[in-house]
Amino acid sequence: MSENLIRMIVMLLYIVAGPFIGGILDGFDRKISARMQGRKGPTVLQPFYDVLKLTQKQLLAVNKFQLLMVMSYLFFVILSGVLFFGGFDMLLCFFSLSTAAMFLILASTSTHSPFSTIGTHRELAQMMSYEPMVLLTAVGFYLATGTFQVSDIIQAKVPAIVYAPGFFIGFVFILTIKFRKSPFDLSTTHHAHQEVVKGVTTEMVGIEYAITTLTEWYENVFLLAVVGLFFINSNPISYLVAIIAVFIVYFFEILIDNTSARVKWQLMLKMAWGVTIVAGGLNLFILELINF
Amino acid sequence: MDKLVMALICLPFLMAILPAVIKKSKIRSTVVYICGAIVAILSITTAVWWYSLGGNALVFDLPYTEVFDKIILIGDFALMFLIIYLSVKHHKTIISLLSIVQTLLVAGLELFGPHPAETMHIRIDWLTFIMILIIGIIGVAIGIYAVGYMHGYHIHHHKELKDRRSFFLAMIFVFYGAMFGLVLSVSLVWLYFFWEITSVTSFLLIGYTRTEEAVNNSFKALWMNLLGGLGIAIAIAYAILVQGTVNLYDVIDSAIAGGAGSAALVPIAFLAFAALTKSAQFPFSGWLLGAMVAPTPSSALLHSATMVKAGVYLLVRLALAMNGNYVGQMVYLCGGFTFLIASCLAIAQSDGKKVLAYSTISNLGLIVACAGAGYQETIWAAVFLIIFHAVSKSMLFQCVGAIENTTGSRDIEDMEGLAVRYPKLAFILMVGIAGMFLAPFGMLISKWAALKAFVDAPSALMVLFIVFGSSTTMFYWTKWFAKILGIHAEKGVDRTKPNEYVSMYFHAVLLILLCVGFPITSKYVIEPLMNDMYGTSTPVISEGNIAIMVIMICAVFIVPSINYLLTRNRKDKEVMVYMGGANIGDNKNFIDSMGESKELQVSSWYMTDWFGEDKLFKPAVVVGTFIILIFLCVVVGGAF
Repeated sequence: MSENLIRMIVMLLYIVAGPFIGGILDGFDRKISARMQGRKGPTVLQPFYDVLKLTQKQLLAVNKFQLLMVMSYLFFVILSGVLFFGGFDMLLCFFSLSTAAMFLILASTSTHSPFSTIGTHRELAQMMSYEPMVLLTAVGFYLATGTFQVSDIIQAKVPAIVYAPGFFIGFVFILTIKFRKSPFDLSTTHHAHQEVVKGVTTEMVGIEYAITTLTEWYENVFLLAVVGLFFINSNPISYLVAIIAVFIVYFFEILIDNTSARVKWQLMLKMAWGVTIVAGGLNLFILELINF
Repeated sequence: MDKLVMALICLPFLMAILPAVIKKSKIRSTVVYICGAIVAILSITTAVWWYSLGGNALVFDLPYTEVFDKIILIGDFALMFLIIYLSVKHHKTIISLLSIVQTLLVAGLELFGPHPAETMHIRIDWLTFIMILIIGIIGVAIGIYAVGYMHGYHIHHHKELKDRRSFFLAMIFVFYGAMFGLVLSVSLVWLYFFWEITSVTSFLLIGYTRTEEAVNNSFKALWMNLLGGLGIAIAIAYAILVQGTVNLYDVIDSAIAGGAGSAALVPIAFLAFAALTKSAQFPFSGWLLGAMVAPTPSSALLHSATMVKAGVYLLVRLALAMNGNYVGQMVYLCGGFTFLIASCLAIAQSDGKKVLAYSTISNLGLIVACAGAGYQETIWAAVFLIIFHAVSKSMLFQCVGAIENTTGSRDIEDMEGLAVRYPKLAFILMVGIAGMFLAPFGMLISKWAALKAFVDAPSALMVLFIVFGSSTTMFYWTKWFAKILGIHAEKGVDRTKPNEYVSMYFHAVLLILLCVGFPITSKYVIEPLMNDMYGTSTPVISEGNIAIMVIMICAVFIVPSINYLLTRNRKDKEVMVYMGGANIGDNKNFIDSMGESKELQVSSWYMTDWFGEDKLFKPAVVVGTFIILIFLCVVVGGAF
């Protein structure tokens, strides 16, 4: 099979299977969280039922523009994932992802609603907190493997984690913000206890909320794949290692989610930037000393 | 060719007399339009002619060069006396010392010093080509906008101020001439003269309203820029006394030949220092922030096509001589630091023009950093940034000016729901903001190239500056962008003049064309420029990625449009926003705890405790000063 054909298949697989994997992961998240809290929890398929039900609800629109912004949000998240699984430039994937985040912001702010406005600005603060580390992660892969191309990174002799453990720690740290997990679930949360109602998603109803949820599944799959990429090299066994690593990281995020309380944005910014500078920056510095 | 270039430099100066003497508003407007058109046509003709000659660097002399040499010598003194007069008049005599020292230094060496080798005076190459087009097209568009804007400014909004429009429009033409001269000059003495004209003209423009604040700010701009002028004067003195030349390109060549640590770096260091003051890098950012007291067209002019671009133009010129030595480190550290800190400071501002001012400083920081590094990739990025920044910043300033004239406020908080109230203005504002930071547009390409270059450099500190700087940049732009959208606002009366719209729409179209056509610009303009400078030109971003970028650019426009068409005909039930049940019947009011109706205000975050001017500005000035002082000492100390 030619390389391009494989790329096409993987890209298609992401588009088709992405939401299923994301949804199942979400289901397990809820199940595991419930067990941690001493509850039984819903079935792992519950997220799918929820989304299905959302699609059947009547759309009560505050602003018509919201729906089109949410749809654009979905498009650009899928684009980021497709670029990633298609083996393109990592920076390009992340740039596309921040464009997507922009559309979420616009969707939530177009309503002029007090709760979603607060959510929007918290979301902005979250973006400002994680963005440096996201870009640094791409730099980390480049320094470890000599390329930004995902298709070349997976051909590396040594997996990136060997040279870039600091970047890995930093990325896992900001993943908590990206996944909207406590203690960094400021803008909106999957739990019932949010002081700004539902934050950015407050005014999203029916199909809008369904699309947002779907988008988050796509995004989570993409982000977890970046985690996996740290462990992948030319050896086929490394894929197995990567999958195990992804599960461990995901479980770790759930654990954090259930054992910590929400912080203020100031602390979030301080912690996220601190970790970025200490873990990412130090690793960056050391790699540059070694390479040159 | 030589006559054409002579016309390009001299005509704007002569044209400046026309608006100055014509007092009838209508006639003056027509004259300004015609003169502006002539300047634009001249610049485009020069550029196209040069292009048709094959795109090789041309070096030649103007006719009557000796006369010009005399005029410039006299001009130096004239500027000095003007500065002395104005600073004595406003009790700031100390500032005139700066001017006296440098003028006497340059003029004295010219009259009594050793005679440097004869050189040609004019050079056109790819960089000049780009600069001429920017000044000619963007600069003139601002001039046209200025006619309409200044009318509204005096007739409707600031009746208390003395109407000095003649002077204002004249100064704009002087600016064109000085900028053309600056980018075309080979001789450092000529460059210095035009440099000083831009300093003095911007000083006069900033002080236009003659309020106390304006006068203070204009003098701040003056002394900082004169300090830069002193830097050039020292570089000239060194070049004449030690190297026996006043040719900028000879100075650069000997610095390249000398390598790191050679004495030939001394003039380069001082020229770079001058460029840092002009492009408002920390610690010299204060003057550009102060410049916003002036009417908007002058801000647009200073921030986009002229003035600050003079600084980065010189840095890109010097780039090869700065690659891999202490001068380069001084410049890129200063630039990278400014990029980060200015974007942090922008977060805490709610005044639209001030946000734009900080974003200019921040963007210039990135350009300066790219130029200072002096790699092929970074120069590619720097030149792209210069082009994109000129267009989008000029458009944004004009738009904020128009918004201020229409709504009476330029505070971002007052732009709530602008998309509904003034859709045309909001559209322009959105295109401008998108052009500044949104993923697939201009800024991003440059950030991308810069990031790659500094990872390879290697410079961990610069990589950190860029990744943090881009996240803070994203914050303040998104915040503003989000504010423009809104619902249920009433449509307002748009007071923007047609000629203002002509200029703004022109910019918007130009910006979109530049974005979509950037592979073409890269291939036919920037790559030849790389060839000129480095002898080779490898594409910085691979063709495959460029294709994806173009697809993304189109997607940003097309996807929301398609989604709009898909959702347009939906008949969804419209509801109130959620206010915890305290709605009063519309989306603007709620029932407060006393049971009375209260208007709902939503405000953006400014995080002043973290990013306020009082927290960051002074430390930033100190750090910037240290960077420059330390590296200047190292370069000068290393040379002797």
